[in-house]
Amino acid sequence: MFEFLMRLFRGEPSGQTAKERLRLVLLSDHLSLSPEIVDALKTDLLAVISRYVEVDEAGVDVTFEQREHEVAMLANIPIRSLKPRDELPKPVLATVTALPAQEPAPAAAAEMPLPKAETEAADVVDAVLEPPAVAAEAGVAAEPPAVVPEPEAQPAPAPAAALTAKQRKRRKRRAARAAAQAVHGQPDPVQQPLGTSAQA
Amino acid sequence: MQEFASQVPAAPPDQKPLGRAIVVTSGKGGVGKTTTTANVGAALAAAGARVALIDADVGLRNLDLVLGLESRVRYHLLDVLEERVTLDDALVRDKRSEHLVLLAAAQAREKEDVDTERMTELVRALRERFDYVLIDSPAGIEQGFRNAAAGATEAIIVCMPEVSSVRDADRVVGLLPQTMRPQLIVNRVRPAMVRKGKMLSVEDVNAILRLPLLGVVLDEPALIVAANRGEPVSLDAGSATGSAYRDIARRIAGENVPVAEPAPEGGMFARIGAFFRGRR
Repeated sequence: MFEFLMRLFRGEPSGQTAKERLRLVLLSDHLSLSPEIVDALKTDLLAVISRYVEVDEAGVDVTFEQREHEVAMLANIPIRSLKPRDELPKPVLATVTALPAQEPAPAAAAEMPLPKAETEAADVVDAVLEPPAVAAEAGVAAEPPAVVPEPEAQPAPAPAAALTAKQRKRRKRRAARAAAQAVHGQPDPVQQPLGTSAQA
Repeated sequence: MQEFASQVPAAPPDQKPLGRAIVVTSGKGGVGKTTTTANVGAALAAAGARVALIDADVGLRNLDLVLGLESRVRYHLLDVLEERVTLDDALVRDKRSEHLVLLAAAQAREKEDVDTERMTELVRALRERFDYVLIDSPAGIEQGFRNAAAGATEAIIVCMPEVSSVRDADRVVGLLPQTMRPQLIVNRVRPAMVRKGKMLSVEDVNAILRLPLLGVVLDEPALIVAANRGEPVSLDAGSATGSAYRDIARRIAGENVPVAEPAPEGGMFARIGAFFRGRR
């Protein structure tokens, strides 16, 4: 109660700020992407973007930055010119690119677990320990024909550990749905439209 | 190893087991590695253990100063490693305890001058004669740190409740072999600030580092006074900080001494007072 009043008067105590800043900085310390991975990511990114616009490859800059509440990937890609309309490909990736929109996350930013005071270091460790899944998702984005992510596509450190958390959530939801359907005797989960869940 | 062993008096007939070699390290400088080494070493020796302290901070020798032994230092670590003198010539006996000796760092040399393999052999030779070999590591994670850790079997991480110190401690733990089972001393804690939420608590620090907690030492003026005089505060029976170091020594020796987060709990009025006084 007293702490609450103090907070009301003074704002967040600096110890809390320290904790939050440490959590973030250690997260990005542990992310440590190898230069090869960043290069591969850059190449793949360019390949996709070049289908739509002409980019200045020499001016491309991909970095990871620590934001206030997350670690973000920043891609600075200068566009030289637009492609003629008839050369534009069909947006094959629509289904994949739509996924992040379900979460209230900024475009390329990796959304991190919320900075609750109680956020345990274990969460951070979890997120960092599960990088291959993210790499696989990145692989999907980079290679449009492959709709199903190959698990062994790129055994690499995670560019954005937060996505893993999201993926986990999604997977959990899917698993829960599947389980619920199994209970309700609906063997074919594909017939169940996404978003409507038997266990809801 | 043979060479060092031959310089050393023969081990007692009752083949004692090798002593423990513990590196005291932190990554960041100025968090209290040397003070910790001196005080824990003195406390262990005061409790009857045979203790050798090695100042591995070549080029920035300080452990002798903290222990008040600077006038006794004749030879140093590199003199021994490079075989100019015998180990016994270079070991400085403590003024207060016959169980405590110091091997000082070379002041006019560089950390890169230390041969890692020879250093490992030296620590091993000391383990044959002493129950504890405490190695005061230099700051950083480069050669000096690696040399200090090379011969050690265990590690103590000294960390202040402060962002840069915690980050560096985290880095160092990642560099040490897991077999060293690093333990944590949270140093220079200010309970009043922790209580006001203005300093990371011991819990906060260890929620990140997740190491066995070896001890908590408060930030107290007594430490500076002790360093001024070159007297380890752990030998001051009346000092609370000294008692924290003695507790650490007992835990190292295997005694079960619980670690409590030191937070002198003020009453409601004390806290209201603190609220109006301290707005920083």
